[in-house]
Amino acid sequence: MYKSSILKSKIFTLLRICAVFLTLTAFSIPAFSQEEHAEHTEGAEKKFEPGEVVLEHIADSHSLHIIGHIHLPLPVIVYTDKGLEMFSSGKLAHEAGEHEAEAAGVYKGNYNYKLVNDKVKIVNEAGEIDDAATSKLYDFSITRNVVSMWMSIAFLLIIFLSVSSAYKKRQGKAPKGLQSFMEPIILFVRDDIARPNIGYKYQRFMPLLLTVFFFIWINNLIGLVPFFPGGANLTGNIAVTLVLSVITLIVVNLNGNKHYWQHVFVPADVPVWIWPLWWVIELVGIISKPFALMIRLFANITAGHIIVLSLISLIFVFQSFAIAPISVAFVVFMDVLELLVAALQAFIFTLLTALFIGTAIEEHHH
Amino acid sequence: MNPLVTPDIGLVFWTTVSFLVLFFLLAKFAWKPIMGALDERERFIEDSLSKAEAAKEEMSRLTSENESLLKQARIERDAILQEAKKVKDQIISEAKDAAHKEGARQIELARIEINNQKAIAMADVKNQVAALSLEIAEKVLRKQFEDQSKQDALVADLLKEVKL
Repeated sequence: MYKSSILKSKIFTLLRICAVFLTLTAFSIPAFSQEEHAEHTEGAEKKFEPGEVVLEHIADSHSLHIIGHIHLPLPVIVYTDKGLEMFSSGKLAHEAGEHEAEAAGVYKGNYNYKLVNDKVKIVNEAGEIDDAATSKLYDFSITRNVVSMWMSIAFLLIIFLSVSSAYKKRQGKAPKGLQSFMEPIILFVRDDIARPNIGYKYQRFMPLLLTVFFFIWINNLIGLVPFFPGGANLTGNIAVTLVLSVITLIVVNLNGNKHYWQHVFVPADVPVWIWPLWWVIELVGIISKPFALMIRLFANITAGHIIVLSLISLIFVFQSFAIAPISVAFVVFMDVLELLVAALQAFIFTLLTALFIGTAIEEHHH
Repeated sequence: MNPLVTPDIGLVFWTTVSFLVLFFLLAKFAWKPIMGALDERERFIEDSLSKAEAAKEEMSRLTSENESLLKQARIERDAILQEAKKVKDQIISEAKDAAHKEGARQIELARIEINNQKAIAMADVKNQVAALSLEIAEKVLRKQFEDQSKQDALVADLLKEVKL
């Protein structure tokens, strides 16, 4: 009886997740349409540009889109040659939502700042972009993606600290609840990713592989939710995948053993006169492996988002509700596919990281 | 350059900081205890399995030992029973011998006694017969010698026999 109640609660949770997910998918359309209708009514001459809309949604932003017209301004932190400055992005005109006067969109700090294409630029008194000053501007703003990432980190910490405490509390007992949901995934990362690719030294790399796996996975999933707390395209952002792949690059090469470097610099079976060419090729190989990781994750997630947004945009391109059911059907299909892709890409990134580490620390027995 | 493939310095910075913080927090407070618990559980299960195997072996060893003990015990029991039977037979035969001897002795005693009694009885009978014979003889003699002439004849006879 006890067991069946757990089963029921699990089914309920699953149903709830499905329901929430479907609602979100359905909701994304009215949210979208309101926005676009606003654009249409206010600027009748302005034609609907799906490319712009799609790019705006998959790019980073200085404000957090909650729902409909509600945007939460986020802090802008800029570093210029005159020092560090911090102010709210509400002081900069938001292009898509608020249609305020041009002058109101300029914040006067050390420089005059303005948002152009959702990027902070320095403008002169006339309101023209000052490229020379802008090139010295470093934008450390808390953007939509940063907020989304911090939320995902909070999720991860809540989930895994509670799982960890469950292991302490229920020592020597069978896993239960969230713990029993996470345990097979953790074991999957250990037994199917780390062990076969790294070998017996896998334990040292488990924290990294687990963190990378769950970080990518949860952010992929959050990215699928069309509005708050989702709406960001974190793992489809090249900066994020760049950092992740650089971490892989550093970990792989810091752990490279004698054989690995010997293979790179003094290959035994290669004639000496080819060595310079060999070094170039090996260097390209060292860089291209994490580079491929970066592009793969970025491209897969961004592509998924672009397809979903394009399908939704069809409704507005054709300006017809008749197309909506078809669009929504395809979007639901794509979202289900993206659920798979979300897990798959996390798996591939982790698997390849493990594989590269395994190659670097492999012991050759001649 | 396409903004999509241009990494923003800000996001790179925040991702690096946040990811490293997440990594260290999870590594210290989540992965270490979780992996430790999983390893420990696996070791426990393996231990338990090997212990169960050992217990099974011990069990079969004990069973065979028990069987051999039982067999030995049976043999011993049989031996003891046989011994007891032998002792019993011996005791019985000894008792029989003793009984025989005692019986023979008793019979011998009885016979001697009987002989004694018989001798006494015979002597008694002899005495009585003698007494009766004497009495009869006296009575016969008296009858015979009631007549004077016969007495004289006898004396004459007797006198005839006497030779001087």
